Amino acid sequence: MNWSVVPPILPLLFIGVRVTVTITLLSVLTGLIIGTFVGMARLAKNPLLFWPATIYVEFIRGTPLLVQLVLVYYALPQAIGVNLPPMLAGWLAFSLNSGAYVSEIVRAGIQSIDRGQTEAARSLGMTFAQAMRYIILPQAFRNIMPALGNEFITLLKDSALMSTIAVPELMRYGQMMVGRKAEPFPIYITVGAIYLALTLPLSLVVRRMERRLAKGDRA
Amino acid sequence: MIELKNVHKYFGHLHVLKGITNKVEQGEVVVIIGPSGSGKSTLLRCINYLEEPTEGEIVVDGIKLNHSATNINRVRQEVGMVFQSFNLFPHMTVLENITLAPRKVRRLPAAEAEEIARELLAKVGLSEKADAYPRQLSGGQQQRVAIARALAMRPKVMLFDEPTSALDPEMIGEVLDVMKQLARDGMTMVVVTHEMGFAREVGDRVIFMDDGRIVEEGKPEEIFQNPKNERTQAFLSKIL
Repeated sequence: MNWSVVPPILPLLFIGVRVTVTITLLSVLTGLIIGTFVGMARLAKNPLLFWPATIYVEFIRGTPLLVQLVLVYYALPQAIGVNLPPMLAGWLAFSLNSGAYVSEIVRAGIQSIDRGQTEAARSLGMTFAQAMRYIILPQAFRNIMPALGNEFITLLKDSALMSTIAVPELMRYGQMMVGRKAEPFPIYITVGAIYLALTLPLSLVVRRMERRLAKGDRA
Repeated sequence: MIELKNVHKYFGHLHVLKGITNKVEQGEVVVIIGPSGSGKSTLLRCINYLEEPTEGEIVVDGIKLNHSATNINRVRQEVGMVFQSFNLFPHMTVLENITLAPRKVRRLPAAEAEEIARELLAKVGLSEKADAYPRQLSGGQQQRVAIARALAMRPKVMLFDEPTSALDPEMIGEVLDVMKQLARDGMTMVVVTHEMGFAREVGDRVIFMDDGRIVEEGKPEEIFQNPKNERTQAFLSKIL
């Protein structure tokens, strides 16, 4: 075991870190947009909104992320004849995945807001969309910030799966370095430590948000 | 101003309103009393379609209520509602609570909406609380802000759903005072309440409801001094 291989490859690993963080951020943002609309659709009485949303969420939650990833990267080109570059495929698969999980978070967040809030907004003549935008969602998002933070952490760790479709993220760089240096233990330990260094501060932030909400510190 | 024709409401198999027909004139203050579960709150909520009547017809300010969303939103702009639990928006200041709907629904410029809001805050005696958040106010203050919020839309009718029932006794007076002033200013009001003093003082008409029906109605002094129906008598003997 030779730890001296680690320092020289750190700059390369950090290139991977940049990709890992960027693609996770992009996926979470896209997932947040998808999740907000799907979350609302899951609460709709209209079956044309409810059922597609429900099928989507159940499919994503009931299948492995790795399967979804290879479906988008390897299977989709065969179906529609378009080859997606690895980064785009990874972003798409992760956005769809996180959209489903975020939608469940958003749904719970909306349901946590007292019915009286909607009634007050509607009684003032606001449309459903206005009530959601100005009254319900701002309060709901405040309540679900910790859950969204946890989703971000999960996605950050799972982004290592993108190494299987050759996205040049942290894990992929680790594998390449192991191939070159034949020192799996020091290199993978380093890779793991970097993931931990990324997630640990996030976990602390989430825990602080949870404590603040538990204290009932409103608005 | 408000016309109800044979309004029925079912919750599942529960028959809550059993054929309500009534009329509220412009400038009239109508107080609805009755035991809990008699359907009085449901009736009030039907008037601005927070509850959809199962059967019957409701006309507000010449607009017949039906399923169309534009129609419902139009009527709601003309009908202010005050809730038992205030339902202020906790993430907004008092001023933002009051100006939001005029700005977004009536599309008033921000400055004009704020002017109206400050005027109304002065009217309910809370000018100094414009920048406070709801959680920093007492129940009575919150309810007065809620009244100002509803008034900011310049409604033609105000509905009050047990506006003092969630308040500590010492705060009931300040809310009732605001409502009395409103009545004297000529606002058309429908009030569900247990405050018989209020009904007697400013009510033009009292409606007694029981079991989903209007059992008796008349001038406050008639109803309170000389109720004809035995259910009205029984109810009043319990609460007066």
